[in-house]
Amino acid sequence: MSSVETPDMAEDLPRAPRQIMLDRAKKHGGFLIGATILLSLILIAIFAPLIAPMDPNAQSLSSRMLPPVWTEGGTWDHLLGTDGNGRDYLSRLIFGARISILIGLGAATIGLFIGVTLGVCAGYFGGWVDHAVSFLLTAQLALPGLLLAMALVFIIGPSVLVVICIIGVLHWTYYLVVTRAATQRIRSLDFVAAAQSAGSTPRQVIWHEIIPNLIPQIIVIFTFELGIAILAEASLSFLGVGIQPPTASWGLMIAEGKQAMFYRPWLVILPGLCLFLTVIGANLLGDGLRDITSPEGRN
Amino acid sequence: MAFLDIQNLSIDIDLPAGKLFAVRDISLKLERGQSLGVVGESGSGKSLTALALMRLLPKAANVQADVMGFDGIDLPSVTDGTFGKDILGARISMIFQEPMTSLNPVYSIGRQLTEASVRTGHFTHSQAKSRALDLLARVGIPEPKLRMQQYPHQLSGGQRQRVMIAMALMLEPEVLIADEPTTALDVTVQAQIMDLLSDLRREMGMAMILITHDLAVVSSNVDKIAVMYGGEIVEQGDAAAVLSQPSHPYTRALLNAIPRLDGDARELQAIPGTVPSLMAPPTACVFAPRCAEAKPVCTQHRPPNVGTIAHMRRCILTDDDIAKMVAAVPAVVAERAQVKDDVVLSASHVTRVFQTRTSLFAAKHEIRAVDNVSLDIHRGETLALVGESGSGKSTLSKILLGLDAPTTGSVLLAGEPVTQMQPAKRAGLVQPIFQDPYSSLNPRRTLAEIIARPLVLRGEKSSADNLKSAREMLDMVRLPARLLYSYPSQLSGGQRQRVAIARALITSPKMLICDEPTSALDVSVQAQILTLLGDLQRNLHLTCVIITHDMAVVHQIADRVAVMLSGQIVELGTAHDVFGSPSNSYTKSLLAAAPQFKQDTVLA
Amino acid sequence: MLRYIFQRALLAVAVAFSVSLATFFLLNIATDPAYAIAGEDAEMEVVEQIRETYGLNRPVVVRYFDWLGGVVQGDFGESYYWKKPVAELVVERAPTTIKLALSALFVTIIVAIPLGAWAALNPNSWTDRFALGVAVSAQAVPNFWLGLIMIIVFAVTFPIFPVSGDSTWQHFVLPAFVLGASSVPAVMRLTRTGLIEVMESDYIRTARSKGYRGTALLTRHAMRNALLPVVSVLAVQLGQKFGGSVITESIFAINGLGRLALESILGSDIPTVQMLIFVFAIIFVAMNLLADILNAALDPRIRIT
Repeated sequence: MSSVETPDMAEDLPRAPRQIMLDRAKKHGGFLIGATILLSLILIAIFAPLIAPMDPNAQSLSSRMLPPVWTEGGTWDHLLGTDGNGRDYLSRLIFGARISILIGLGAATIGLFIGVTLGVCAGYFGGWVDHAVSFLLTAQLALPGLLLAMALVFIIGPSVLVVICIIGVLHWTYYLVVTRAATQRIRSLDFVAAAQSAGSTPRQVIWHEIIPNLIPQIIVIFTFELGIAILAEASLSFLGVGIQPPTASWGLMIAEGKQAMFYRPWLVILPGLCLFLTVIGANLLGDGLRDITSPEGRN
Repeated sequence: MAFLDIQNLSIDIDLPAGKLFAVRDISLKLERGQSLGVVGESGSGKSLTALALMRLLPKAANVQADVMGFDGIDLPSVTDGTFGKDILGARISMIFQEPMTSLNPVYSIGRQLTEASVRTGHFTHSQAKSRALDLLARVGIPEPKLRMQQYPHQLSGGQRQRVMIAMALMLEPEVLIADEPTTALDVTVQAQIMDLLSDLRREMGMAMILITHDLAVVSSNVDKIAVMYGGEIVEQGDAAAVLSQPSHPYTRALLNAIPRLDGDARELQAIPGTVPSLMAPPTACVFAPRCAEAKPVCTQHRPPNVGTIAHMRRCILTDDDIAKMVAAVPAVVAERAQVKDDVVLSASHVTRVFQTRTSLFAAKHEIRAVDNVSLDIHRGETLALVGESGSGKSTLSKILLGLDAPTTGSVLLAGEPVTQMQPAKRAGLVQPIFQDPYSSLNPRRTLAEIIARPLVLRGEKSSADNLKSAREMLDMVRLPARLLYSYPSQLSGGQRQRVAIARALITSPKMLICDEPTSALDVSVQAQILTLLGDLQRNLHLTCVIITHDMAVVHQIADRVAVMLSGQIVELGTAHDVFGSPSNSYTKSLLAAAPQFKQDTVLA
Repeated sequence: MLRYIFQRALLAVAVAFSVSLATFFLLNIATDPAYAIAGEDAEMEVVEQIRETYGLNRPVVVRYFDWLGGVVQGDFGESYYWKKPVAELVVERAPTTIKLALSALFVTIIVAIPLGAWAALNPNSWTDRFALGVAVSAQAVPNFWLGLIMIIVFAVTFPIFPVSGDSTWQHFVLPAFVLGASSVPAVMRLTRTGLIEVMESDYIRTARSKGYRGTALLTRHAMRNALLPVVSVLAVQLGQKFGGSVITESIFAINGLGRLALESILGSDIPTVQMLIFVFAIIFVAMNLLADILNAALDPRIRIT
């Protein structure tokens, strides 16, 4: 029997990765705030018909342009006032959350599938696949996204589905860049060679070894892309080539309120605040997730 | 009063998790022109001590010392401005471990050599330039004028380290601190750099502090040695005394854990346990948890410093206790497994050529990574494949594993060509062990999943059976079963390497190919892994190919040796023949360059 | 190095033409240009007439090469809406947008880089948190909303700047700020991360060991390395400002290319849209190339292989 002993395991093991992340999450202010904001928004979006005090499309010509309740002339019937058609602003804002969340999640998911697939293939297979994908990436970046989106939505016809698809198809570059770099890095690590020696096919290596290591980064990017997609829809709707009236979209509400904004600034300020808070929530969540899953990358 | 006098230096670092007591009450003295070797494993605090002297510690570090004197000057009282102008570079200089990243990539060599001395006004621009040229020639850089205009990325690692040395010597400092100056370099270059440092030291009458983890390097290059462990100096004194009569259990254990080039191969003594966490202030002997000679009082009080300037230790053991320790001599290695005649792997005329192009329109550039290599590996033998960087040994190992195909030539594994073999069959014949335990395990999988994966891929047995096999493997590499559901990030380097071995063995392969299996591990852990590999090989009748640059490891475990240079095998023979009477000049230079102990300490 | 630049230039041209091809197909397949010219409710014969006159009954591929042929001679077709050569329209309005884009870049540089550097030198301090807060906010604010708020505050409530138009330099202040603000987060983070990494690098440690500290350390050794990636990103951001000018120009009633783009889309003016997309792509690709050249010039590792 040789003199090698079992290493002394009297002391407890360091904590498992999952536990470490949970501990970090509990203490991370930005993450908690972002998560709260987004979760609340998703709940508001889902339960909008139950939460909104009125029908967002109900017009009332007698109560047009009423200010919010805290301003002179406001009433408790319409907490946040009404717009040019007498529709209750609070209800419209609540239903606007539906549009933003729906389009944001949809577009970010489409972008995820396109970008991650291209990124992993380019990173793993290299060679001409990589060159082709790089070319595609540069072409995509060269395209003025907003312009093309505007043109396409206008031409094909504005509907929620069209908007989701077009925004999604134009916003996959961030996913690509990050997953490609990460895949290249992971591919060169020894455990991939070990998996190949153990008999893994490339497909098995990608699914079993590489993708699990990409998931934290993909989730982080998803939250950022959520914010980007929501802003993209808002811009399109503001310019008139996105969601069409009478649907309540925050961007559209800002466009509709623009004419009267000098005397009734709340028409423009309130929807913008909603957008601002939503995207800040998404970004805080993204930054927080990044800190939690890999603080080494944080400095 | 000594030239450099440090008394009771302590460094603690503020971390988010608490205070790290990284260096605890160390005292060092150095005279003019003397050289001191500070030896220790990672985490021993040796680098931090040097950084404290140079005021290069991060902001979160707090330094306290009773005395920090240099040539009569009280260092802590010198202002930062004066320190930067008059001491740093001018009187005390430092060179670092990573020559590849220690030079600023956007400035020329010439500018980096001359800028500091010109800025502080020590030289005019032309004086600095001519001094730089002289030094570049002196450190052995050919065509110094040309090199002055070049940028760091145009130089090799060894050349960059020479430039760093020249840079450190521009103002003729009186003390040179060298922090692991050769660890990142090839063995032959290592020897050249160490010789250069010794020559320069003698020429310029410089004192030197050499920080390293390699006891062999230190044995032939320094006057005095300080051995550090867990932030403390556990033994200190004249190099000859400390190495020939080590009086601290840690020093002895360290010497017994290192493979040697001289004499017969001896059983390596592994040091059980791991380096302690230093998050609490010292209240007991820092080595006691791992010490074979520990007494109850060791865990209650800090041991005092005992001995003279010439040889001192921090230990409560008496001279009698030490005498008894000395008497125990490690045994010569037991008979190695019988080498059979049948050939497990046969490589014939294997050549691997890489075609690269720097850009779309440039000419194709050919690199012969492996050039006409033929090798037969017999069952049960341990073959060492030795070479420095660029020798082609890693490329060859990938080809032998079947992960890469040779451009010409063939590799037959158990009679069948590797490239045409089913991956499942190949996995049952040959498995790898890699160098870096931190990248050879998937961080997102539990140990159970990692170890059982090769079996899962074969799909032959149920998951319950696979789990059982994984448990057996863990046992075989002597890790506790409760680790099955933990993640690699919870394990130390040595433990991870064991897991890698467990994974490699689960398919019962006939052959293991180990690429530098211990280079990334601490000395004390190396011994554990080498001994484990040796035992497993004997018990499982494994054939092993060990790729390494370390001749001492080769001497410890190899039956046959193949030496590679520029893709070719330049020497192949039994270990006995290659070490005793090497025929190739490159082999001879490798053996000459390998750091050796001047004296035999263990058999005293 | 010349070879490197030549390669990148070739790539740039290839990208620009791929973009134009894709756009042409998308625009001309998804819609019927004949109806765009005639109007939605025109009669069948009128539409047929138009198809004949404009050659719209030929296959798309043929029309593309036709267009391409014209482009090489500087002829981008005629606008359906304004009944003028498209090239003329674009050249008329280009200088305004160029002015806007450059001013916006200026705003980005003077806000993002000092902020990022300051944050990097004091990591995890209040300055750092402030800088990151600015980045997060600037990323989250919809730029059209920011424009409107700026108008409400700085043009109406405190009438410092004009509300809209593009005649004097004061007209460009608010739009430049709004357009520049969208790039600030990325550039600031890049500067911050880049500088933090550089300060922790081995060669900075070497510089410290030679006696460099404080400002000298920063300016002589750190900044050049840290700013290398930032310079490329700035060039690319400038390229993207042209496409991003659509919203800003619409809100501030600036008669540049962005406003032209919006009007063309709403007016189904396909030739103009086609040219604008092509022009914006060329600008982006040219900026990319400029970034590559700057990189090679500043980084000896690329310049000398």
